Amino acid sequence: MAYDKFSVINTSAVPLPFENVDTDQIIPARFLKAVERKGFGDNLFRDWRYENDGSPKADFPLNNAKYSGKILVGGKNFGSGSSREHAAWAIYDYGFRVVVSSFFADIFKGNALNNGLLPVVVSPEFLEKIFAQIEKDADSTFEVDLPNQKFTITATGESSDFEINPYKKHCLQNGLDDIDYLVEMKEQIAEFEA
Amino acid sequence: MTAKTLFDKIWDAHVVKQVEGGPNVLYIDRHFIHEVTSPVAFLGLKNRGLKVYRPDQTTATPDHNVPTINQHMSIKDELSRNQVDMLKKNCDENGIVYHGLGTEGHGVVHIIGPEMGLTQPGMTIVCGDSHTSTHGAFGAIAFGIGTSEVEMVLASQCIMQPKPKKMRITVNGTLDKGVTAKDIALYIISKISTSGGTGHFIEYAGSAITSLSMEGRMTLCNLSIESGARGGMIAPDETTFNYVKGRQFAPKGEDWDKAMEKWAELKSDEDAVFDTEYTFDAADIEPMITYGTNPGMGIGVSQTIPTSEGLSGTDKTTYQKSLQYMGYNEGDSMKGKPVDFVFLGSCTNGRIEDFREFAAFVKGKKKADNVTAWLVPGSKQVQNQIEAEGLVPILEEAGFELRQPGCSACLAMNDDKIPTGKYSVSTSNRNFEGRQGPGARTLLASPLTAAAAAVSGVIADPREMM
Ligand code: SF4
Repeated sequence: MAYDKFSVINTSAVPLPFENVDTDQIIPARFLKAVERKGFGDNLFRDWRYENDGSPKADFPLNNAKYSGKILVGGKNFGSGSSREHAAWAIYDYGFRVVVSSFFADIFKGNALNNGLLPVVVSPEFLEKIFAQIEKDADSTFEVDLPNQKFTITATGESSDFEINPYKKHCLQNGLDDIDYLVEMKEQIAEFEA
Repeated sequence: MTAKTLFDKIWDAHVVKQVEGGPNVLYIDRHFIHEVTSPVAFLGLKNRGLKVYRPDQTTATPDHNVPTINQHMSIKDELSRNQVDMLKKNCDENGIVYHGLGTEGHGVVHIIGPEMGLTQPGMTIVCGDSHTSTHGAFGAIAFGIGTSEVEMVLASQCIMQPKPKKMRITVNGTLDKGVTAKDIALYIISKISTSGGTGHFIEYAGSAITSLSMEGRMTLCNLSIESGARGGMIAPDETTFNYVKGRQFAPKGEDWDKAMEKWAELKSDEDAVFDTEYTFDAADIEPMITYGTNPGMGIGVSQTIPTSEGLSGTDKTTYQKSLQYMGYNEGDSMKGKPVDFVFLGSCTNGRIEDFREFAAFVKGKKKADNVTAWLVPGSKQVQNQIEAEGLVPILEEAGFELRQPGCSACLAMNDDKIPTGKYSVSTSNRNFEGRQGPGARTLLASPLTAAAAAVSGVIADPREMM
């Protein structure tokens, strides 16, 4: 799936200070019936965002006009549960390019990376600082520098290095995906099978 | 040679290439697909002008969207029907075997694979569904993948994966009466938490594990993902071989002998090193039930809900939010709590053994009037066997009806949804907010504990009723 190349972004962030945000919350199962990858952002966090009658829940951060930006900041164990890639699609489709947490579930992390969505792992202490900064000033910006693997709180200048597999970094920076890579390996795969 | 774990042995034998500074290119022996996570992958393939590379290593069935009554009629929900039709079309175009609704091979994808003998020791198995970990019960490396990865496997029979760390969980001793594989799993997750297994692949070992039936082993491995692990596996032994032998796609004759020779090697070397180890005592495990909104929030059915004392920050708010959703208070006793629905089924507990246990428990008892019970076989074969073993009259006599196979109330995607605010004791695998329907409240438990709730009308300890 083609996605935008990733380099450095400067943007504000939306806080979601809950732990174990599972993929059933990110995109409930009843919205997985599409056969194309379209419009998942509308149903991102559907049941936290809207009442059963479709009216928005005022206290949910995505409905709070003061929060905006391309970074979603979540509590630890973000993305646990189902393997549905729709979760990564919904977050990307909504407009986020980065998810920050102190801990990600494995499958979600892989799915995000396969779709141009950068998962950034920071320490629990640093995560608290990010939440505190947003609470102090919702317009605070953050810099996500993929080439240098650095996440910076602009206001305080505090930064945290983050890890990413060099191969995946290369893919993200160049908007490449694994399928091209594998298809080019066909011969080697056929040899392996023999 | 360095000592290897069972996981190392299978993984290393499937590495086609190690990418510089990157993941492994891992060869996949068996790929299961279903209607929800495959359409976008097929579309991607088409857009690239590619065909499925190894259709004969791919097996398809629709399970998530399907109704569990009147399956002979067309699916009412248009979007669901479209997804199911799309799967069939994609399979037809690519020469993939498709087990449609109502056919003898139909069922939840993780139930039909083992039944047909498609799941075998030593294999690498993937599916766009996190509970693919189920197949690890056979001593296979089996794990769930995302749709991009489904596309990779369709295109090349390979995926790119970093090698996970290894964990061993040993459970020794004998299980008490009324304690099942499901309880072992919920107990482990309650101890190591829903993120305790992250980054790892688990091997289960110990006398309490090896004495489990294949059905029990599948239940245990199925729930590995709920601890955050990619998967779980159990070294194959006589129990495994006896189960596989004679099944439709199991090796036959000389091939069987050759396979047995290879399978005999499938165990961790004595001095193999695991990155993480846990040991538990089977005697400490009682029938478990969850009280919160993740599978790690489980306690023995006779216990009280833990207090938030000692928690702080987001830990505390998350805990309180969870209890609030469930409508429970800290310190409440679980026994006697009201129950509205009981769900027996899913890839966790929708096998013949689960129905036998449930039926034996409710025999001669009556379903409580306040409980709506959904008994959903995991596959057509399970359904056939329930009928052949004469369990239907026993269940009917006790006030229960059998539905038709599918994922059913495990996830709120088909017609079987739990209404807002209602309590459902479910033998499935996830008690997340809204998992069984918007606002639904799920209590995960074993088939026996579910049966006890179904006949009592409240949460009850099955040991006191056996
Ligand atoms: S039964 Fe539930 S967990 Fe299993 S495959 Fe179906 S939806 Fe997924």
